[in-house]
Amino acid sequence: MGKNIMIVGVGGQGSLLASRILGNAVMLEGYDVKVSEVHGMSQRGGSVVTYVKFGEKVASPVICKGEADIIMSFELLEAARWVSYLKKGGTIITNTQQINPMPVITGAAEYPSELVEKMQAKGVNVIAADALSIAREAGSEKAVNVALIGLMSHALGFDRETLVKAIKMSVPEKFLELNMKAFELGEQVAPAGNSRVISLQQLLAVSQNELTENKKQEVST
Amino acid sequence: MKKLMLGNEAVARGLYEAGVKLVSSYPGTPSTEVTEAVAKYDEVYAEWAPNEKVALEVALGAAIGGGRSFCGMKHVGLNVAADPLFITSYTGINGGMVIGVADDPGMHSSQNEQDSRHYARAAKLPIVEPSDSGECLEFTKLAYKYSEEFDTPFILRLNTRVSHSQSLVETSDRIEYEVKPYEKSAAKHVMMPANARGRHVVVEERLEALSKFACDCPFNKVIDNNTKLGIITSGPSFVYALEAFGDSASYLKLGLVYPFADELIKEFASKYERVIVIEELDAFIEEHCKAIGLNVEGKNLLPNIGEFSQELIAEKLLGKKAEFVSLDENIPVRPPVLCPGCPHRGIFYIFKKLGLYVSGDIGCYTLGAAAPLSAMDTTLCMGASISALHGYNKIRGEENKSVAVIGDSTFMHSGMTGLANITYNKGNSTVVIVDNSITGMTGHQQNPCTGFTLKGEPVHGIMLENIARAAGVADEHIRIVDPNNLKEVEKVLKEELNSNTPSVIICRKPCALLKYVKHNPPVSVDTDKCIGCKACMKIGCPCISIVNGKAKIDATLCVGCGLCPQMCPKDAIK
Repeated sequence: MGKNIMIVGVGGQGSLLASRILGNAVMLEGYDVKVSEVHGMSQRGGSVVTYVKFGEKVASPVICKGEADIIMSFELLEAARWVSYLKKGGTIITNTQQINPMPVITGAAEYPSELVEKMQAKGVNVIAADALSIAREAGSEKAVNVALIGLMSHALGFDRETLVKAIKMSVPEKFLELNMKAFELGEQVAPAGNSRVISLQQLLAVSQNELTENKKQEVST
Repeated sequence: MKKLMLGNEAVARGLYEAGVKLVSSYPGTPSTEVTEAVAKYDEVYAEWAPNEKVALEVALGAAIGGGRSFCGMKHVGLNVAADPLFITSYTGINGGMVIGVADDPGMHSSQNEQDSRHYARAAKLPIVEPSDSGECLEFTKLAYKYSEEFDTPFILRLNTRVSHSQSLVETSDRIEYEVKPYEKSAAKHVMMPANARGRHVVVEERLEALSKFACDCPFNKVIDNNTKLGIITSGPSFVYALEAFGDSASYLKLGLVYPFADELIKEFASKYERVIVIEELDAFIEEHCKAIGLNVEGKNLLPNIGEFSQELIAEKLLGKKAEFVSLDENIPVRPPVLCPGCPHRGIFYIFKKLGLYVSGDIGCYTLGAAAPLSAMDTTLCMGASISALHGYNKIRGEENKSVAVIGDSTFMHSGMTGLANITYNKGNSTVVIVDNSITGMTGHQQNPCTGFTLKGEPVHGIMLENIARAAGVADEHIRIVDPNNLKEVEKVLKEELNSNTPSVIICRKPCALLKYVKHNPPVSVDTDKCIGCKACMKIGCPCISIVNGKAKIDATLCVGCGLCPQMCPKDAIK
């Protein structure tokens, strides 16, 4: 097994940590790996892309059109921008957050509507969730990258333990609890086996009910 | 132990392991991280020089002094350092020396797409080109060995993809080399005509020895897959070719690109029915192959513009078209923008408002050229804002409606000589130095004005106003303003444009991304007061948008810089 994964977003959103976690996870699984990043000019609020490729032996560090197994996107428009890089049958995991690019801000262009539906209409598997709220629920908006890793975890097909270990390797000790919570919420919002996404509110309501159920049981026993 | 490393970090590791004693560089994407990473090793002295020429001369001095040295820069930096570069070939070295230069095919963050390999041929220096992080480390170490063996600096040619891709690297321990004894030799080190004539002979002899070495050296390798097609390639093009052709082709991978391994190339070419040279940018290898009488193909099939990929090679050489999904949707572009709170924003708004001719320079503030600010007429090369404005004004006499705009680091790099030219040659142009107290665009490097060295030691920072004074600008025409105070900026700018003497306006405010900069709470719009006039949109702030006809400020992005409240005619932003 080998995979081509793209991490896309807007400069400054924290894709570097996401690629570090993935890189570490892949190394733990014993694969050859190449990670290609963007530095410099395009970091300043521009569209950014990172390639993570792993397998028995990786030659080129770049991913071209029609080659990505998974695209993980920090922002909805960026998911749509890079959709042509997806392989047939590939999956897009995207944050539903919208950040207006300068042409939209100045009124020269409009932010396209219903992008998730339009991508699905083209036969793309889309897992779309509000990763920002997941991160906020976990304790900080900065954990959005780890929330997205959580959303991607089932599509990735690694041992859960590998990912947990990779997160532990990549985030500072004092932020570990927060990041682990973001990861767990992410993986529960996008459960294995289908692209059906549970909303965070639903998930929280369910766990709230479970808590109450447990309490009821505690009381009754 | 295997580690995942950026190409640039692997070069730094190679420098460390090779026992390099001194590194002097000027930052430039995609080369910057080599020097940042090597500075973390206590055993290596590392510094930021004010420009690439200084950096290369520092490294050459260290090498003549007997220590292993390195200097790093981006491709256009090598233009600045070209003068000492050509001399290194004549003097040779003593301690090993490597010059790292990173090209930028595709121009991810550069003003041109020049091919540094031409410098190797022009200066008669060997150039090696790694394909991934593993080779970055390996080639760096080998380059020092052969640098000392052949008494010449080696050029290490990097590239955006190699510098900024991580792959697995096997590290080992540092080998410490004693500083070699220095022997005075005017014939070797004093390059005046009588001595240089003797040294040119040495240069030519060395080049010949190196081209023999190239035919049997650890940098070059042949992968024979018993095929009809042979591919001659180097650097990142090798991995793209490998991915596109796999073992359906045989490869001659040139790690030592120049001087050319003629015998090796001829022998390789003779084995295959068809030979294609795959190289990014110019036909450097291909033209040489043709010059030595080989029937090869290359740029008849592949472009000499932009970056390659496996997709491009598969399409051009195998006729394969990639299959992919496309949305029938107009996806708006997302160009880079000045950050929220950027202290450069206001000044460009004022330039535009006053309709000035703006002679621009290289740095974050080049983004002042983008809409809606659109306030830049030229961006040429480092330091050119000041010198080119002088020329423009000598021809057009528009001193009262033109400015040069340049950052603190770029001014120290090569802006101050332009200022000396203005005062010396009776110019009266207005120079605006946007002093954000850091080298911003390349990711926050210290410079002679910031008060810290590369290793973080505090030093006495050079004051820009003192340089202006020393260059002959009168005290009353050296003005220091807060760039976020729009009224003051406009007033001072008008005064200096209308004065008949050279002026320097220093817009001083640290970069909003610096950790020590304290931000104000975000501002918000009183929708009852907002009349939807879009005056606040004119500053091109990514936090502001119009929602239902009223301005809206994204509180998660806004850092309360105070610029947009000054734009509002109805006092609706607080």
